[in-house]
Amino acid sequence: MSLYNLQKFLYELNRNESIQENYSENIDSLIAKYSLTDEEINALKEGDIGLLYVLGVNGQILMHYAALLGIEWFDYLEMMREGVRIHGPVRDGVYAMTGGGESFTNEEKER
Amino acid sequence: MSLVYSGVLSHAPGITGRAHLVENTEKRDEFYAALENQKSEIMDSGAEAIIVIAAEHFANFFMNNMPAYCIGIGDSYEGPIEDPKWLGIEKTKIPGAPNLAKRLTKNIMQTVDVAYSEEWKFDHGIMVPLNFLTPKYDLPVIPVNINCQGPPLTPLHRAWAFGEALRRACDEVPEKIALVGTGGISHWPATPDSGKINEPWDRVFLGHLMRNDKDALLGYSDEDTYNDAGQGGFEIRTFITAAAAAQGQGDLQFYTAEIPIFAVGCTVARFSIE
Repeated sequence: MSLYNLQKFLYELNRNESIQENYSENIDSLIAKYSLTDEEINALKEGDIGLLYVLGVNGQILMHYAALLGIEWFDYLEMMREGVRIHGPVRDGVYAMTGGGESFTNEEKER
Repeated sequence: MSLVYSGVLSHAPGITGRAHLVENTEKRDEFYAALENQKSEIMDSGAEAIIVIAAEHFANFFMNNMPAYCIGIGDSYEGPIEDPKWLGIEKTKIPGAPNLAKRLTKNIMQTVDVAYSEEWKFDHGIMVPLNFLTPKYDLPVIPVNINCQGPPLTPLHRAWAFGEALRRACDEVPEKIALVGTGGISHWPATPDSGKINEPWDRVFLGHLMRNDKDALLGYSDEDTYNDAGQGGFEIRTFITAAAAAQGQGDLQFYTAEIPIFAVGCTVARFSIE
């Protein structure tokens, strides 16, 4: 249920500009409305893409959230890989990493 | 017959948002040219509205009340929900076709319990196709969603039945209507594996699709699709629905796995309306 709440918060944030406008200032009050674990709360406060990925946040929700935070594409991919390196495999959902974290694009490899 | 066009195209956000990062610009521009051609074919069809069968990505629907199928009956829509700089598409207002959409919905309900909504925020799943197919946003749009994100997912045979219902509904109204299914084939979007594409799997699927081989298309299990084509492969539902609506053979006008930074095998195809 907690992952559901975590994703619900991000879903509302991603699609609601009025929530986005107040996000950084009011994050405590915004997330207080959702029943979340301490790990989830900290991940949101830190904008920890890697941990949120490992916790099982749906990739599409996480991708839109990363874009909202202004994270560049290749940095976003690397943050997810780093999350797996630190916290282990994705714990839930259907957006698991299938291999060892290699890049599939020349553009990223040559960066 | 008022369904005047049926086709499919890819919709990944990188198609617009990461265009500037692409190394293989020749292949990228071939893809864009194929999309431009698709736009021309839709315009030449005389379409008065376009149905976009999409697989949305949590812009409107969540697991608190997830419809298997939903159709937009609003006056207008807005999008994209994503950061415009990230997607490469400015926020805009898109005209709907409420009267037509309501008549279609009423007909579809004869065989499919489709949900409907007067509110709809478009994400890249619809905005990227519109960016190429109606860039002035002057063609009324009827958005349609098939849940391809939050399992349990609708079975493929129901996606086919939904396509048949769309076709019947279109044929019973006087307006000329274009329809596109937009999704991915094999891909692992929004994961560290973004850019991974199973080209052989794609080509087999596209073969079935272009032959409009119902039995073969409905023969995929979600388990096999997940293993071979990733979670992005669940979006084949949109392509299957477009094929079922057309009922005719397909013409694969463009496919490449050579732009992996777009995170999908880029596809453009049309079907014969039979």
